[in-house]
Amino acid sequence: MANSQTLYEKIWNAHIVEKRDDGTCLLYIDRHLVHEVTSPQAFAGLRANGRTVRRPDLTLAVPDHNLPTTPRVDAQGHRLPITDPESAQQLDMLTRNTAEFGIDYIDATAPAQGIVHVIGPEQGFTLPGTTLVCGDSHTSAHGAIGALAFGIGTSEVEHVLATQTLLLSPSKTMEIRIEGTLGAGVTAKDVILHVIGKIGAAGGTGYVIEYTGSTIRDLSVEGRLTIANMSIEGGARAGLIAPDETTFAYLKDRPMAPKGAAWDAAVAYWRTLPSDPGAVYDRTVLIDATEIAPSLTWGTSPEDVVPITGTVPDPMSFADPSKQVAARKSLDYMGLTPGTPMAQVPVQHVFIGSCTNSRIEDLRAAAAIADGHHVAAGVRALVVPGSGLVKRQAEAEGLDRIFVEAGFEWREPGCSMCLAMNPDKVPPGERCASTSNRNFVGRQGPGARTHLVSPAMAAAAAINGRLSDVREFDTGVIS
Amino acid sequence: MKPVTHVSGRAYPWGAKNIDTDVIIPAHWLKTVTREGLGKGAFETVRAESGNIFDDPRYAGAPVLIAGDNFGCGSSREHAAWALADMGISAVIAPSFSDIFSGNAFKNGIVTVVLPQDAIDRLIEVAKTDAVSIDLETMTVTTPFQDRFPFALDPFRRQCLMEGLDEIGLTLARDTAISGYEAGLAESRPWMAGERFHASA
Ligand code: SF4
Repeated sequence: MANSQTLYEKIWNAHIVEKRDDGTCLLYIDRHLVHEVTSPQAFAGLRANGRTVRRPDLTLAVPDHNLPTTPRVDAQGHRLPITDPESAQQLDMLTRNTAEFGIDYIDATAPAQGIVHVIGPEQGFTLPGTTLVCGDSHTSAHGAIGALAFGIGTSEVEHVLATQTLLLSPSKTMEIRIEGTLGAGVTAKDVILHVIGKIGAAGGTGYVIEYTGSTIRDLSVEGRLTIANMSIEGGARAGLIAPDETTFAYLKDRPMAPKGAAWDAAVAYWRTLPSDPGAVYDRTVLIDATEIAPSLTWGTSPEDVVPITGTVPDPMSFADPSKQVAARKSLDYMGLTPGTPMAQVPVQHVFIGSCTNSRIEDLRAAAAIADGHHVAAGVRALVVPGSGLVKRQAEAEGLDRIFVEAGFEWREPGCSMCLAMNPDKVPPGERCASTSNRNFVGRQGPGARTHLVSPAMAAAAAINGRLSDVREFDTGVIS
Repeated sequence: MKPVTHVSGRAYPWGAKNIDTDVIIPAHWLKTVTREGLGKGAFETVRAESGNIFDDPRYAGAPVLIAGDNFGCGSSREHAAWALADMGISAVIAPSFSDIFSGNAFKNGIVTVVLPQDAIDRLIEVAKTDAVSIDLETMTVTTPFQDRFPFALDPFRRQCLMEGLDEIGLTLARDTAISGYEAGLAESRPWMAGERFHASA
């Protein structure tokens, strides 16, 4: 059909302020999330040029990257100081900048504080059909709600603060259609790892991905957020999932979502957003959900994916000579020998958290594995809820007790061990099963070795002290 | 921004693929609140290896970096572009770049040149001994050996680079159009107007 449009095209077209002859568009930005690390230079730029924030009401700020995940107030409720002076300075600047420019700010000690990509959907700040940006590449996560959401650099943060727009060229569109029912122990995390393994870390460069198919429709919003989050690991700046009844049910009554008649009008509009039948994508990738195993990474690129039943690959098994070189370097860094079964690799650290996997469903999945077991000797295992709301919900369900009794640490919300910017780090040469999204060299600390896994697989690794197939637990077999 | 019309000089003949922003500038350098001084942390993990390209005296202060596919993948940190600029790099040549990185580079006056792999292979050979030259006027990369590789550049980006334009200033001049869009939005999708956050939530 000539007039058929994809979800991406509909959102893009609805936000064009001006279109240039070369196809570049000045695009209106509906929602802007701000955190402490990528904003100080942007506010400094505004100040240096005597500029203001155009729409503080469309902007929301929260600290997450630098915050230690240890308690933030003492027994009397007094705020505890942040010992790292550079982190303290960045956090202090966010407080002062948001006050000076009139931006809503969720303080480090507020109950709603959390990772920027967890609190956006949770507060109903993220809405279908909106354009949403943040100075952080995992902004792609919000695409799970049906928002066109992508990470921007600090100069663009400044541009959005000053003008509420961005100058952008349209992307190509890629449909990743996943059909079928997921097998036992296979989660959204395994799906997205499998997808990245298939398309490669640069496979989505220049594209916006739309995830379609029955597997995606059957996922909860939490699972969809995990998938859209890691679109950037596949090279795509944004990932989209069409809003549906699951999305609406998730958003209803969230603090910042529309209410009453405005809600009804919004839902009516959101129903018009899904891609039209016959809409054309520049590329389509088909994936059979029944082929996806519980998966994990072996190397230092998120495309280095194997099933947990697999072995460490031989670098010579890759056709591309440059990949052979990269794989050899990766294995050297990771301290792994080709042919070793993945499920025999010991771990010293387990991290359950990050904007990929720190929502309530993730914690429930990990707790279900941990329940009645104990973390293996010599393993340090952290559980870091994505937000204060997730933390309190988990505590109301008793998940914190399950974790603590099993020997996990139960922490305050933040980015934590996802990136080495706060005190939660993996020491050099040690190995971590992590539910985060990046296994880059040094990501969790200099010399740290990261294996990306689902929350259930992370919990299983903590208990066995080695990378583990979560399905062992389903059958009650624990070594 | 300083106008850039051409970049010439020695080039780091690196060619490595999938260089992510954690390699360009590790996270612990991100606690800065200014744009300057990040050159010290650029490629820190690479520089920890003896015989690395960045400490090779032949390339000291080279204004060009030649890399492999997917350069700048990973995070959105503009610190990656600031670090390159601070170490004196004004142009990166690669077969492909991450979208976010090339935007960040452009905003800091760093030219990202996309060339096919065979051109990259040839430039890496040349760069081991000689200078390369990138000209935005003719949109070509040339060497002292008659090599001539044409490249494409977004016309708007090219103009901004060559004239040193401030993009925010340019957009602010479109205020009437932005206000017009906002007025329409209040009519068509009123729920998009921001609900303020209530700290009690
Ligand atoms: S949890 Fe990790 S990936 Fe997510 S915003 Fe924080 S640092 Fe970035």
